[in-house]
Amino acid sequence: MTLYRNLTIKQKQIVWAWSFLALPVLFYGVIRFYPTGTAFVISFQEWNLLGSRTWTGFDNYVTLWNDPVFWKVFKNTFAYLLIGTPVSLVLSFVIAYHLDKLRFMHNFLRMLYFLPFMTSAVAMAWVWRWFYQGVPIGLFNNILAGFGIPQIEFLNSTTNALPAVLAPAIWAGLGFQVIIFMAGLRAIPVSFYEAAKIDGVGWWTVLTQITLPLLKPTMVFIVVFSSIGFLRIFDHVFNMTTNNPGGPLNSTKPLVLMIYDTAFNGFNMGYAAAQTVVLFTILLIVSLVQLRLLRSE
Amino acid sequence: MKSTLRTLAFTGLTGVAALFSSAAHAVEIEYWQYFFDARVSAMEQLIEGFQAENPDITVKMTHFPYADYRTKVAAAIPAGEGPDVVQLFYGWLNDYKEAQLIQPLPAADFPVSEIDESFFPMVQAMKEGDNYWALPTAVRSLALFYNKRLFDDAGIDGPPATLDELVETAKKLTAVDGAGNITQVGITAGMNAQDHHWFREVLVRQMGGDPYSDDYKTVNYNTEAGQKALDFYVGLAKEHKVTAFGFMDEPQAAFKAGRAGMHIDGSFRIGSLDKTRGLKWGVAELPVGPDGTQSNYSSYWVNAITSKAEGEKYDASVKFMKYITSDDAMQVWLDVVGELPAKPSVGLTEANANDEVFGPFIRGLAYAHTTKFVNESGQRQALMDMVSRMDIEGQSAADAIAIAAEEEQKILDDYYK
Repeated sequence: MTLYRNLTIKQKQIVWAWSFLALPVLFYGVIRFYPTGTAFVISFQEWNLLGSRTWTGFDNYVTLWNDPVFWKVFKNTFAYLLIGTPVSLVLSFVIAYHLDKLRFMHNFLRMLYFLPFMTSAVAMAWVWRWFYQGVPIGLFNNILAGFGIPQIEFLNSTTNALPAVLAPAIWAGLGFQVIIFMAGLRAIPVSFYEAAKIDGVGWWTVLTQITLPLLKPTMVFIVVFSSIGFLRIFDHVFNMTTNNPGGPLNSTKPLVLMIYDTAFNGFNMGYAAAQTVVLFTILLIVSLVQLRLLRSE
Repeated sequence: MKSTLRTLAFTGLTGVAALFSSAAHAVEIEYWQYFFDARVSAMEQLIEGFQAENPDITVKMTHFPYADYRTKVAAAIPAGEGPDVVQLFYGWLNDYKEAQLIQPLPAADFPVSEIDESFFPMVQAMKEGDNYWALPTAVRSLALFYNKRLFDDAGIDGPPATLDELVETAKKLTAVDGAGNITQVGITAGMNAQDHHWFREVLVRQMGGDPYSDDYKTVNYNTEAGQKALDFYVGLAKEHKVTAFGFMDEPQAAFKAGRAGMHIDGSFRIGSLDKTRGLKWGVAELPVGPDGTQSNYSSYWVNAITSKAEGEKYDASVKFMKYITSDDAMQVWLDVVGELPAKPSVGLTEANANDEVFGPFIRGLAYAHTTKFVNESGQRQALMDMVSRMDIEGQSAADAIAIAAEEEQKILDDYYK
């Protein structure tokens, strides 16, 4: 106790700060950092989850490099990112921009957009999976058949399956992004718009010179957040393709699904850990690059 | 935080409860299996019977989703937690044995020669040296389910007995809309369901091949027989147009909904079909091949004593193992789950072998083969991709099967290296 009494106020503040921080630090250490570290270690080992682990050096990484499925999956993962992020960013901005101007049933509409975000991804994926079926059960194809239009293979196709799986994933995340955008829009001082009005500036100039530049921090957040989400996409793909996980012919398989499959169907934990390390590295690089590119002054 | 406190409180309570129960000289053993409604209720019934016979032993059953199985078992047993008796898939035995998660069954209570004689022969895969390591309560096989109502509507007398008849029957059962889209399939198709077993162990053999050689370590279906089998299988959709891959999402869903005339599935499907209202269905043995060859695929789940069980818990576990592999237990399992008895003495009784529903499955056991999978989902994927490449990309059967054989061989080599 005397030890504490002898501290300066500054030091006491530090002690207090750290005693409050201790819990989250401990939590992150045990729940996040310890398993992350272990994953790095396991990626240099061979382990089937039951027996003992044996060291294999860089074998898992070499196998990964020479695995054609990995490169296919790598491409898919970036397809999810490169289609998903811009599409969801533009859509959510357009919706938020117009929703912000709308007063009639504003709250109800906002709720409708936010609802999918609160819905379980599993339930949503299954409903969409059934929408996509052919006749006689698929909603979309039944409508097409009603007009005499040929069937579209949504999921049983190597070209259509990925966009088909991505669509509900984008829709699900939209509500959250709309809310964030609207908060960003509200944070822009009204005086800027009033000044623009007095100067007689058109809406396009207002949008590009005032609204968008001031939304930059919001956009950085959404881009980073949704990029990480799309790079880690799993639930939608897994649930919409349980009959042929990541299929057909690996055309929808993202990296996380490959990790899951290697670890919990193949019980090849070392190889799965190596894939995890690669995913970690990708996430890290993408996030850092985005932060740097979009950093506000 | 609140839940941590609650957990602590519960742990305390269970601790106290454990103290009291040990004072009364009662032994509690734990039994683990994966969650499947009928299996859980069958086991509850068996546990009740066992506890009535052994009032000093209580059995606590824990079940969890199939997907978590290995992770939970592997984490629990070395930590001294978890099951004393555990259920596992026959294909996993080697992994569990090598990881020392299970211990051999005592030869005194489970004499090898007696078990060799009393169980169906495929169970001998569970034997090593002087001991059996695990034993099944029930086994499964495949059969042809057919929709009686659709058969009547199409004026078909009975289920097909040969592959040629299968095609002809399926043609009569298929319905299309004005645009030519299939709205009712003659027979369901999908390698993701049981069809990959039908292909491997049945069709390839019926076309004169042998799907594997060298005790299932070498893929052997990239042959003329294999190609014939594949041509026949994909031909159902492409040539005869009596089915569509992925029709109504899942084969069993199509059959349940009355939109499929025939459906090949395992005996475990009986329970859920029984509960489907308005569906009148029958079962027949799988159709024979062009030269009359009969074949079937059988798989099973086994029970084993884990290395965690020691002392009086071990003794109790042995008693429990004996109980759940007894003739009576097998009959319960058959009645409740619809899985077939692992012993001919129960399976081939007059009543069971001629049963309208179970009969075709049980008769199938006599000529069934058991694939020794090393990674069932991976090996299944190879066959699914084989069909996808033909269905979506129009690849020839010869190329498709060659790639599949190569992929599956790689999985086998990786495991046996």
